Amino acid sequence: MPGDVSAFDLVLSGDPGLYAIVRLSLLVSLSAVLFAALIGVPAGALLALTRFRGREAVIVVLNAMMGLPPVVVGLAIFLLLSRSGPLGSWGLLFTPQAMVIAQTVLVAPIIAALTRQTIEDLWVEYREELAAMNIGPARRVATLVWDARFSLVTALLAGFGRAAAEVGAIIVVGGNIEGFTRTMTTAIALETSKGDLPLAIGLGIVLISIVILINALAWGARRAGERYAG
Amino acid sequence: MLNRRSLIAAVALGLAAIAPATAQEKSIVVSSTTSTQDSGLFGHILPLFKAKTGIEVKVLSQGTGQALDTGRRGDADVVFVHAKAQEEKFVADGFGVKRFPVMYNDFVLIGPKSDPAGIKGMKDVGAALKQIMAKQASFISRGDKSGTHSAELNLWKAAGIDIEKDKGAWYKSIGQGMGAALNTASAGNAYVLADRATWISFKNRGDLAIAVEGDKRLFNQYGVMLVNPAKHANVKKDYGQAFIDWLVSDEGQKAIASYKINGEQLFYTNAKDPSA
Repeated sequence: MPGDVSAFDLVLSGDPGLYAIVRLSLLVSLSAVLFAALIGVPAGALLALTRFRGREAVIVVLNAMMGLPPVVVGLAIFLLLSRSGPLGSWGLLFTPQAMVIAQTVLVAPIIAALTRQTIEDLWVEYREELAAMNIGPARRVATLVWDARFSLVTALLAGFGRAAAEVGAIIVVGGNIEGFTRTMTTAIALETSKGDLPLAIGLGIVLISIVILINALAWGARRAGERYAG
Repeated sequence: MLNRRSLIAAVALGLAAIAPATAQEKSIVVSSTTSTQDSGLFGHILPLFKAKTGIEVKVLSQGTGQALDTGRRGDADVVFVHAKAQEEKFVADGFGVKRFPVMYNDFVLIGPKSDPAGIKGMKDVGAALKQIMAKQASFISRGDKSGTHSAELNLWKAAGIDIEKDKGAWYKSIGQGMGAALNTASAGNAYVLADRATWISFKNRGDLAIAVEGDKRLFNQYGVMLVNPAKHANVKKDYGQAFIDWLVSDEGQKAIASYKINGEQLFYTNAKDPSA
């Protein structure tokens, strides 16, 4: 397939444009996963361990938000960050930061929902021990999150998969500016529109390879961690 | 928790990574059309402009309608598009300071080599469109309020056809960019109106070829405007105006005219023509 060849050529020729695109893709998606984890893990764990009226409804909504349409999220963030929007003075529209914000909004519900499920399952297992320890909710959350840390890697990877694969949100808030906000997925969309389908497929293969590599690294880290933790 | 420190380090790293790039100060955002970007024109002229002025131009490649809207919202410093009537309205409404004509090329009516409507080589684009409709031959419309879309609508009107009323299953409005429209036409052996620059640089032609060209109604003028700093104080008016001044200067015009693909010139300059 010619696509393999042109992507292969690109990688081999050390095309600086390609490396900048790959770098930005990883930077944006990994930053978004980091921020989404800081929000989603505590929020999901808290939801798993507390009981209040309307909790079931919150869980249903949270689960549904795992399927937020990226282009709608992109549009909402666009309207917020536009110079004519409420946060226009920040001057963030069409920057990588705007892309991180949009992807954080997309990824946080995924991490929160998966964390909630993981922690709740664990809680059922340890309920009595924890009750006997007689500790407050914050400590309970911390204890269970720490205990579930290896399982939660999967939640982070699901979030990363979503971020790395999506194009709808970042093309709206980032603008696909060459050398500034162009990522793997927006470059693929652009090359497709230019009719350069072999290059688009080639870039797609590069993207998928990188996602597999990241997942392999995470898997290895998890294995090593489990062994270390005994 | 042993990794509290590493968590803090990771967050700090994340924040540092997305902090605004310092090189950003001497730059402008130009909202432009897909044709100027996809044809490679910007790739050719922007390095020359940057070498001379040190100003980096960040290009948003959108349809003309969207590009004007981006300017209206104050999200771009300069708007560089091709739909004269809409540009004049943009300035008249106070969103742009002044419109400068820059260059032109032309539209071409593209169709399958088998030519089911039998229009190949016709010199009258209106007659060609009438025949496409009479034969119910597939036609792809951009349908995205771009410059090319409004040109297409004007051509139907000039041919005496009310396309909103007369369109049938043969007329497909896809709501996407020029490249996507050409891809769709290529996949479905349909007719489509394209700007010549995008057509020349388009790579997935399949069975498509130019069916009609050269009618003076296919003329396609580009203009550039600074977004009005009186409306949006964030507009970088000095850098933006420097870009406009360069585009219409002899040097900028020469740079545009020298852009060729396979020896074929894509844009013809006419900044000195006041009626353009």
